[in-house]
Amino acid sequence: MNSKLKTAVLIFYFILLLLPIYWMLNMSLQTNADILGGFSLYPSDPTLQNFTKILTDESWYSGYINSMIYVTMNTLISLFTALPAAYAFSRYRFIGDKHVFFWLLTNRMAPAAVFLLPFFQLYSTFNLIDTHIAVALAHCLFNVPLAVWILEGFMSGIPREIDETAYLDGYSFPRFFIMVFIPLIRAGVGVTAFFCFMFSWVELLFARTLTTTEAKPIAATMTRTVSATGLDWGLLAAAGILTIVPGALVIWFVRNHLAKGFALGRV
Amino acid sequence: MGAEWFKETLTDSRLHDALWRQFLFSGLVLLIEMPLGVGIALLMPRKGWGVSASLVTLALPLLIPWNVIGTIWIIFTRPDIGLFGAAINNLGIAFDHTASPLHAWITLMFMEVWHWTPLVALLAYAGLRAIPEAYYQAARIDGASAWAIFRYIQLPKMRGVLTIALLLRFMDSFLIYAEPFVLTGGGPGNSTTFLSIYLVKIAVGQFDLGPAAAFSLIYFLIVLLFSYLFFQALQNVGKGEDR
Repeated sequence: MNSKLKTAVLIFYFILLLLPIYWMLNMSLQTNADILGGFSLYPSDPTLQNFTKILTDESWYSGYINSMIYVTMNTLISLFTALPAAYAFSRYRFIGDKHVFFWLLTNRMAPAAVFLLPFFQLYSTFNLIDTHIAVALAHCLFNVPLAVWILEGFMSGIPREIDETAYLDGYSFPRFFIMVFIPLIRAGVGVTAFFCFMFSWVELLFARTLTTTEAKPIAATMTRTVSATGLDWGLLAAAGILTIVPGALVIWFVRNHLAKGFALGRV
Repeated sequence: MGAEWFKETLTDSRLHDALWRQFLFSGLVLLIEMPLGVGIALLMPRKGWGVSASLVTLALPLLIPWNVIGTIWIIFTRPDIGLFGAAINNLGIAFDHTASPLHAWITLMFMEVWHWTPLVALLAYAGLRAIPEAYYQAARIDGASAWAIFRYIQLPKMRGVLTIALLLRFMDSFLIYAEPFVLTGGGPGNSTTFLSIYLVKIAVGQFDLGPAAAFSLIYFLIVLLFSYLFFQALQNVGKGEDR
């Protein structure tokens, strides 16, 4: 396939991908009556009232702040625990390594609701209910295994000779790991950070159950848009548009790490 | 008592229907999303501003909370005020996913593919970018065709990321709840009542906690068994080609 055709196909796909998001943007700029009143390809009478409401009402914007705090905590915890674990799985052979590696993932295999009661009891005992760290730790349940899996894949792609050469050159292990090894797998670190952020950001069940007011996430606030007069579609769409923004910023910041691949000869 | 719950669960014919529906759904999801995601990753540019634009665009659907996705698609697929519904109606097809099981399935598949293919594409792209340039240079010297490069360099090198992509998509589609629950509510009839929706019906709707607990255990074991089989198969496929 020549490169022009490639680009055309890709752009066609991206247009399809953006259509539902465009429709959400379209809805967010209309009042509820306009949305339900009739079909329009673009807002005929655009209004920012939905966005104004979210950005000025504390019960709305505090949800974004809470979500961002616990999601950031979770991403950092997941990365820092998963990096050494993934290195061990990729470099050392020990009894049952393959099995332990696979069983890590079983945390993701049961419906999340199964884990709710244990988490609730544990956090009640430690007075952690309604704190950001409670949600951040609960999300490690599914994010740490994911991070270990993704990172291990990238680490196993790096030839072992690089480790050995670094030792011969007199690098200590921590220095080798931070200065040589992590830069080599930064595409993997970037994609892992994004996935941890993403899965923690959209998770609703734990985040809603383990918090009440102080750490209430945005996804839970959004379930309240149902009122006596029915769903406020415009407000919900505006909140949806705003939930995309932080994650889009994250991928914007890690994009260079994702795009720069492996460069041999750095050691 | 406990044994009876398992017996009750295993002989429940509505559960069997939900199970087959679930297998069909997850099977279709994997068959569509895996090749599509890898294809998109191969089409994506390798340098320039197009890289950033593609990465950010791909990430957008993934970042919307799942319950909101269902809600937005309710409007998006409405034949009177939604773009998707109106467009299909203009093609001359009377589209209504609240009445026709087939239309409900098509709508759900579109939503699922729209929502999750970017995950496969992002993983595959990151995997592609981790292949050293030297491999491509060697292939060029050998005069390898594009297909040969894909088959013998790119695909084996992507095995790690594709394994995790396949397992993630299998597990998450098998446990899917929020999106179909919001969009179709399991209907029309029972046509989109997947396993988790049925489980919640038993546990919360009918408050049969015993059978529901037995069912959750069986549910977990099914996911575990299939994930293990996928994992083993992908570990062994093409072994010795890329080490």
